[in-house]
Amino acid sequence: MSEAFNPRIVGFFCNWCTYLAADLAGTSRMKYAPNVRVVRTMCSGRVDPQLVVWAFRNGADGVLIGGCHPGDCHYQEGNYKTLRRMGLLRTMLAQLGIEPDRLRLEWISASEGERLRDVMNEFSAQIRQLGPLETKSSVISSQSSVAQAAP
Amino acid sequence: MAKPKVAFYWCSSCGGCEEAVVDLAEGILQVVEAVDIVFWPVALDFKRRDVEAMPDGAIDVCFINGAIRMSEQEAMANLLRRKSKLVIAYGSCAWMGGIPGLANLTSKKAIFDYVYHQAPTISNGSAVEPLPRTDVPEGELELPEFYEKVKTLDQSIEVDYYLPGCPPTPKITLEAVEAILKGALPEKGSVLAGDRALCHECKANASKPEKLLIKEFKRIQEVIPDLSKCLLAQGLLCLGPVTRGGCEARCLKAGMPCTGCFGPLEKVHDYGAKALSALASIVDSRDEAELARIFDAIPDPAGTFYRYSLPASLLGGRRQVTSDK
Ligand code: SF4
Ligand code: SF4
Ligand code: FES
Repeated sequence: MSEAFNPRIVGFFCNWCTYLAADLAGTSRMKYAPNVRVVRTMCSGRVDPQLVVWAFRNGADGVLIGGCHPGDCHYQEGNYKTLRRMGLLRTMLAQLGIEPDRLRLEWISASEGERLRDVMNEFSAQIRQLGPLETKSSVISSQSSVAQAAP
Repeated sequence: MAKPKVAFYWCSSCGGCEEAVVDLAEGILQVVEAVDIVFWPVALDFKRRDVEAMPDGAIDVCFINGAIRMSEQEAMANLLRRKSKLVIAYGSCAWMGGIPGLANLTSKKAIFDYVYHQAPTISNGSAVEPLPRTDVPEGELELPEFYEKVKTLDQSIEVDYYLPGCPPTPKITLEAVEAILKGALPEKGSVLAGDRALCHECKANASKPEKLLIKEFKRIQEVIPDLSKCLLAQGLLCLGPVTRGGCEARCLKAGMPCTGCFGPLEKVHDYGAKALSALASIVDSRDEAELARIFDAIPDPAGTFYRYSLPASLLGGRRQVTSDK
């Protein structure tokens, strides 16, 4: 893919861990790839697979979900739910022509600013290599009652 | 008051929705008495030119079943739209793409390659493929165009109401006809069934544990389930929790788990992603490798969760990368 391709990545970061890690990376003035647009969620378990699919449909080249380490979820079970859903979702995305590597799940705690930086860099590089996703061409414009407004 | 003029038409469908109309049994007599059927190619000898000859808006209600796969279906849908005051998408293919919509997991080229060249039953020495236009000495011949993708009815024309089901049941069909006759239709764009999950209609629901967790998915041929208990709790992949009710849990009564033909509930935007989410969440494991093993029992998640709704889904089908166009 050409040098000019600048991936668009949506990051869903849990309020209690990964979002704080991003905060820490920011206040520590770490530099990392600016491709991830972060959406703060209360828990990684709130990231409905519909949101991931929605992001891919609307121009995301990659989706990064960040949550607390296993056992550390503020709501006990949320990140385990995420783990279960995203594994199966990756299989389904592959059937839909979306490389499973475009969806990544990482556990990053509030103190792991450096790991956050590394993951951001790595994932951006990986998506750059995969190239633009361009789902638009396969989506049929729809007045459908099923797929209308954003979830 | 004159009897309302009603039309039925089929697009890309299996014929089951037509059967469903006949299935109304004595109910059909009520319907036939109350309405004037002006077009129903499966059962009555009307032609397209009869529809063309009608003034615009002459048909009061037109029920169209089937998805849109070919240009001829789209042309008929457009014609019927013009001639009808109300268009009702009848059945899950017209509403969401249905089973024919699963073709969106592949491409037109792959379908043509197989059907016209590779299938063991085909002998096609000169490698002919159907073309929309062909010149022969006698003139130009036309065939409908096979579209790149399967579309839902409302991706082609404006639709007023939707009747879910594969096929819709006699009950919701008669209720819809009644609502039409009484002028008691809900807001335009509504799905004419309830908006509660199927589980509420299933007699096994009472046995469903509050916090449902399962260790493995079983396939229907592997177990003899206890029909008085929730099938999902027994490891059978039942989509009742995420599927719109209204069918009276027909499949469950016959010992089959729900495959989702009544489609999503009102607030859901992508049935497949929602169904996947609900099913994955109840798997009782916290270990990635074990989860992968458990999910091996769902070898075709796209076909399982988007069985009736792929064309209506957010992604519409498999992404066409340049190499498989
Ligand atoms: S999951 Fe299936 S079997 Fe269980 S209550 Fe719901 S519809 Fe009935
Ligand atoms: S149980 Fe499910 S698949 Fe069967 S008729 Fe009802 S909605 Fe359709
Ligand atoms: S609160 Fe962070 S993953 Fe649940």
